[in-house]
Amino acid sequence: MLSIKNLNKTYAGGFQALKDVDLEINQGEIFALLGPNGAGKTTLINVVCGIVKPTSGSVLVNGYDAVSDYRATRSIIGLVPQELPVETFESVWKTANFSRGLFGRLSNPDHVEQVLRSLSLWDKKDSRIIELSGGMKRRVLIAKALSHEPDLLFLDEPTAGVDVELRQDMWNVVSSLRESGVTVILTTHYIEEAEEMADRVGVINHGEIILVQEKVSLMQELGKKQLFLHLHEPLSEVPTHLNPYGLEVSGDGFELIYTYDTKEEHTGITSLLGELQESGIGFNDLRTSQSSLEEIFVDLVKRPA
Amino acid sequence: MNIQGVKAIYKYEMARMFRTAVQSIVAPVLSTSLYFVIFGAAIGSRITEIDGVSCGAFIVPGLIMLSIMTESISNSSFAIYFPRFTGTIFEVLSAPVSWIEVVLGYVGAAATKSVIIGGIIFITANFFVTIELAHPLVMLLFLILTSISFCLFGFILGIWADGWEKLTVVPILVIMPLTFLGGTFYSISMLPPAWQTVSLFNPVVYLISGFRWSFYENADVSVTSSLGTTIGFLFLCLFIVRWIFKTGYRLRT
Repeated sequence: MLSIKNLNKTYAGGFQALKDVDLEINQGEIFALLGPNGAGKTTLINVVCGIVKPTSGSVLVNGYDAVSDYRATRSIIGLVPQELPVETFESVWKTANFSRGLFGRLSNPDHVEQVLRSLSLWDKKDSRIIELSGGMKRRVLIAKALSHEPDLLFLDEPTAGVDVELRQDMWNVVSSLRESGVTVILTTHYIEEAEEMADRVGVINHGEIILVQEKVSLMQELGKKQLFLHLHEPLSEVPTHLNPYGLEVSGDGFELIYTYDTKEEHTGITSLLGELQESGIGFNDLRTSQSSLEEIFVDLVKRPA
Repeated sequence: MNIQGVKAIYKYEMARMFRTAVQSIVAPVLSTSLYFVIFGAAIGSRITEIDGVSCGAFIVPGLIMLSIMTESISNSSFAIYFPRFTGTIFEVLSAPVSWIEVVLGYVGAAATKSVIIGGIIFITANFFVTIELAHPLVMLLFLILTSISFCLFGFILGIWADGWEKLTVVPILVIMPLTFLGGTFYSISMLPPAWQTVSLFNPVVYLISGFRWSFYENADVSVTSSLGTTIGFLFLCLFIVRWIFKTGYRLRT
């Protein structure tokens, strides 16, 4: 669906926002692009949509070049920008229809009505946008992006600063888009959003894609937990008969660390505790921890460029 | 060609005009009426004739041109500057529309407004003075060409401006003086010879002169040169707009 190769963008001031970005997005998938502020998420989206000119590299949408075949690519792309740029004095109905026409589609009031209803905007269709709350304006932007029935939808921080209700509505909309075969690329700060919706996750930092992975395999990593046992007496090394458990000893020797998979039928905790008792290794406290996607994300983006 | 896209921009811009009818239509009509009262009735009554035409009737083409030029620049510069200011321009930039389609939508709507305003002022003028119209088609041609040219100029201005001040400074400091010194209220032949020569470097002289010729068949410069100047200015603006979209100047980073 979307093929990005060796994409670079250096702004006039010399700031390099994208560095040799390669990314393949499959038809019908939901891809979450994660990254801290200034990582290059919006620049990447804007290049694909034609708002920012690439310095070098290629962007193909359905096999069409985003620069030379811009009509073919842009007509099937919808964009919900991060900011809230809306026609303040226009009505919801008119602005949605304007977007549809702008993208070359013939008038279709039924479709626009359906979009507005799905975003709980139908009651506000005659309201001027200036009269709407921030959350409602966000919905209007989503409605505008969906009005021309795009095959590829970019949602740039769609739930930033919105209430729980809209977030849930948005997730529902994305789910229905997935069912209709629309490819969705989502940028977000909310890891839970990526967990909820994405098929694959990509992490961008300092303009470079540093990770692209199936969410399922990522979640398997998340499924691994660690058990920390605080010992009565320090250990210098793990006794050899406990090697099958893959235990680690903390620096001061007072903590024994066992990593296990919660999704396995047997975690091995019971047998480990039994063997520790038989070996005379006593402990006075224990705790468990699970690394979240957020921790993985933070760890990734903290690495030096 | 994305006809639907052009229609969408055009209809949106026309709707904006009717939403701000007082600002778009009533204001220029009121100001022009005041010009008639002051220069036509009050001062004009003390001036017999200019080039064989009564003073009130003489200033009609100039006043229409004055309004057309200022309104064209104002409408089209605002039309493109406001989306840039609010950020809604992203939608046009990400839409499957070419530069010429964007121009057709924005400039087409702004030029339509200007022609409508020109027509309204013409009708309004008939309440104050008797107007002859020797060449209606030529008059219409000049009206349309001037509207399009100055709308294109305003469009360029709206893209160039990076603040509200710049948006108004060119019309006030450049266009307004050129228009007032371009023979709106007088014939160039009334000036001393040296100033007549200086005036010939003012492109607005050619526009007003040609337009006035279509009314009264008298002109400061030849109609051909008037038409040539108007068309030349139109193509110059069109060339600059094309360059803007090709390079992304002030539109795409």
